[in-house]
Amino acid sequence: MPSGWEVVIGMEVHVQPRTRTKMFCGCAIGQPGDAPNSNVCEICLGLPGVLPVVNKAAVEACLKTALALDCEIPRHTKFDRKNYMYPDLPKGYQISQYDLPTSRDGFLDVDGRRVRIRRVHLEEDTGKLIHAGDKLHRALESYVDLNRAGVPLMEVVSEPDLRSADEARDYAMALRTLLRTIGASEAEMEKGQMRVEPNISLRRAGSEELGVKTELKNINSFSALHRAILFEVDRQAEVLESGGTVVQETRGWSEAERRTFSQRSKEFAEDYRYFPEPDLPPLEIDPAWVAELRRALPELPAARHGRLVAEHGLPAPAAALLSGDRELADLYEATVARGAPALATANWIVNEVAPTGKLPSAENLGELLRLLADGAITRDQGREVQVESVETGRTPAEIVAEHGFRQVSDESELLVVAQAVIDANPKALADYRGGKKQVIGVLVRDLTKRAPQANPKVASEVLLKLLG
Amino acid sequence: MSELTEMTVTEALRHLRLRSFTAAELVTAHVERIERLDKYVKAFLRFTPELWERQAAEADRRLQAGEGGPLTGIPMAVKDVLCVKGVETTAGSQILRGFRPPYTSTAVARLFEAGAVMIGVTNCDEFAMGSSTENSGYHTTHNPWDLDRVPGGSSGGSAAAVASGESMISLGTDTGGSIRQPAALCGVVGMKPTYGRVSRYGLIAFASSLDQVGPFARSVDDAAITLSLMAGRDPLDATSSERPGLDVLNNYDGGVRGMRLGVPREYSEVQGIEPGVKSAIDAALKLLSAAGAEIVDVSLPHTDYGLAAYYIIAPAECSSNLARFDGVRYGIFEEDAPNVTDAYLQTRRRGFGIEVRRRIMLGTYALSTGYYDAYYLKAQKVRTLIKRDFDEAFKKCDAIVSATSPTVAFPIGAKTQDPLSMYLCDVLTLGGNLAGLPGISVPCGRSEDLPVGLQVLAPQWGENVALRVARAYEQASGMKAEVASVA
Amino acid sequence: MPLSREEVRHVAMLARLGLEPGDEEFYAGQLSGILTHIDRLQALDTESIPPTAQVVEIANPLREDVIRPGLSQEEALANAPAAVNGFFRVPSIQEEA
Repeated sequence: MPSGWEVVIGMEVHVQPRTRTKMFCGCAIGQPGDAPNSNVCEICLGLPGVLPVVNKAAVEACLKTALALDCEIPRHTKFDRKNYMYPDLPKGYQISQYDLPTSRDGFLDVDGRRVRIRRVHLEEDTGKLIHAGDKLHRALESYVDLNRAGVPLMEVVSEPDLRSADEARDYAMALRTLLRTIGASEAEMEKGQMRVEPNISLRRAGSEELGVKTELKNINSFSALHRAILFEVDRQAEVLESGGTVVQETRGWSEAERRTFSQRSKEFAEDYRYFPEPDLPPLEIDPAWVAELRRALPELPAARHGRLVAEHGLPAPAAALLSGDRELADLYEATVARGAPALATANWIVNEVAPTGKLPSAENLGELLRLLADGAITRDQGREVQVESVETGRTPAEIVAEHGFRQVSDESELLVVAQAVIDANPKALADYRGGKKQVIGVLVRDLTKRAPQANPKVASEVLLKLLG
Repeated sequence: MSELTEMTVTEALRHLRLRSFTAAELVTAHVERIERLDKYVKAFLRFTPELWERQAAEADRRLQAGEGGPLTGIPMAVKDVLCVKGVETTAGSQILRGFRPPYTSTAVARLFEAGAVMIGVTNCDEFAMGSSTENSGYHTTHNPWDLDRVPGGSSGGSAAAVASGESMISLGTDTGGSIRQPAALCGVVGMKPTYGRVSRYGLIAFASSLDQVGPFARSVDDAAITLSLMAGRDPLDATSSERPGLDVLNNYDGGVRGMRLGVPREYSEVQGIEPGVKSAIDAALKLLSAAGAEIVDVSLPHTDYGLAAYYIIAPAECSSNLARFDGVRYGIFEEDAPNVTDAYLQTRRRGFGIEVRRRIMLGTYALSTGYYDAYYLKAQKVRTLIKRDFDEAFKKCDAIVSATSPTVAFPIGAKTQDPLSMYLCDVLTLGGNLAGLPGISVPCGRSEDLPVGLQVLAPQWGENVALRVARAYEQASGMKAEVASVA
Repeated sequence: MPLSREEVRHVAMLARLGLEPGDEEFYAGQLSGILTHIDRLQALDTESIPPTAQVVEIANPLREDVIRPGLSQEEALANAPAAVNGFFRVPSIQEEA
């Protein structure tokens, strides 16, 4: 991007709250691979004569999100109809919230930058369309699957407080962490549970006025979000630099082509004709309910991060990873509470537990860390023990005993195998002698393969001695 | 014993329990009458022989076992806007031709539960929009008292079915007067409950904030019982009230002695009120006064604005409610269209009749950018004023009485060219919908040999009050709804 | 306030109602007539009057998050004029050209 421009980004994030049923009917929330039109009823199909009834769990998730974002929660809210006809919208209108949303005026702090939240409101998802026909010609026909129709969505709208693709991505990640921490949503982008739509404009550096913005859709990952914004910023800058004007429009992101493209309907500008949903009485939010939800909120990621650094002395990256995942952080704290050392526990969880996605109990993890600290087993063995312990539920001590795991740290026991390794690797030996000292790593790996119980540190020392 | 097809529910139930006749015989008598008369009246769109056979057999089994419910064996007709599982339900519209809902509306389900026997689906104005049944997408229903005249609407088929002895009770819906006005024009009892009294689940919506389901019957008692059985909270309708259905029967037979009945001067002087209608109402007021009621003058100053507010709010809601009729999931569809937008345009142009299209256009316009405040918001504010008028009036009286319709049944075709003249049919009834009030129409003599209806409006949740006045009048006048012989 | 033919076309498109020959004049005339009656509302001062969207005071009852049996795919598609392989079928939706 040429200099002299400032990037201004606001985010609209649609999040599917964690519920068993849809927003306005009792249909189960389906899974992506389900047969088409198999998670539907007369209500979400929009058959004649049916009526919506609000899902309490969706309202609760929205209130929790609003609380976690420090939003105001007015006592009176209501639902409205947004009218437009499209085959993925069975009723010909979407039930949403227009002028009295569930909450407004909050914020989320991301790496020291305060991002203001304009509103969090509830609405329903649309169905899915599949287009048949080839790209050369027009699609011949389209197919409608209404499994997603009526799935609850929370829309989190930020003010245009973000200034770069990095900030926008970090904001989206922080929001996901927050939603997962409070249990409001699983927020998995690949499953469509979280959809981010940045709106982007450029202005002359120093200007207070907002430029013309475009809104980006079809973004399916945090990295795609980053790429899409970078592309769009460059595109707008090019338009502006060449004396043109940016057209206010919705643009799609094509991950395959790595570009944004206009999705503007050429033929007709819609007019959504919002009006209060007559089938739903206004929703009165009982302050006692809000107070109860506020009390039940867990410690939020930002607060936990601060505490892990200040009180546990953890380095910031480890604290960030732990506080970003409530289950990992809970495991960490429970293990430390049993007497395990903070840093070793944090490192083990970050490096060895988090990537597996499967959590041991705090009790077993504590025992395993003790075995490692005592030098009773090797790190490789520790990994194996953890996997088996998680699978079978048996304690690390039992597993170590059964496999006869131990760690050999006695140099004399390793001399024979070390010599064998050197004999078997004449090229490595030549390289080493030629000055490439780093080949010692290759030799150590070969040694621990032949003698899995060998303490790698001692093995390295023995090899170095033999190489002289 | 009177003719089987001329009985009230109360009479028929006594005989069914005594086994003077069976439920099967009762339904057969009605079916035979339909076969004889409905080619003239044309009250029905479809018949449901599978249902009536099964339900009458079940009724007889239960009656035999001495376990009959409050409507066991009673023949019932259902307006074509209330969904019944597996029964073609079209809202009087071609756009829904062939639609068989996989669910039953709560109101109908509750009457099935109470033992009612469904004989068929009755005609109505398309999507309940009209006051004469001439807007039906299928055919026009005729008034049983004069076949050249309309039965009123939109629930004209349901009113005509009860008036002609083709059904003992029937269900209608009332958005601006669609139960009370045809009840008046056909000389039967028809009641619209308080908004929220009866679940709207399974009622094909016209205007969601105004629609209510209610009964037609040949006596106030029959209407009261039927309503009490349909009423009460339904978890599938968020706008349905917690109040128990039986509340509507609370002291409803207590008589009018000591009650204050308000007569709104704006209603007595309403534009186009016929002298014969006026004198029938005056006579009714004298009877009620003689029965011990105090007649008081009241005022509803915003009456002149009611029609205008109504014709913004109802079309606005209908324009949105009818957006789902796109031909994708049900109904008819223009398959040959080159793209979806064209398919929508053609399906809806051809599937909807002229009045429905007119109202969709009006409502879409009233909600569109630049007009929302001037029309929709304004109408909602006027709705507040109209509600306040009633609140004020009910400080001075227990119930409001007036004519139901300014005119008796008018000739078929008389108002089809001028929508505004048709809309004016509802000028005395639509205030009750805007204010959410319960209202009933009872037969009150004749003008030009055609039935006149007396409307009683009560405060919200005061069905028992409206029923009490209507029943007292029925007793004092001896004017039970008669069965038309159909000339 | 009389409606122009252009407004009629715009509203008809919003409402997805096709226009056949004669429709524009018809709607323009009819709607203008009704709107003339409706315009009497403008004479009322409603500045301080709150709007009524729902006339009866009922608290919004929330539904517990409990699964209610829905329709089978076959039942869901039973009324559809065109269904293919479990989907509702529609003519092409014009995406970007």
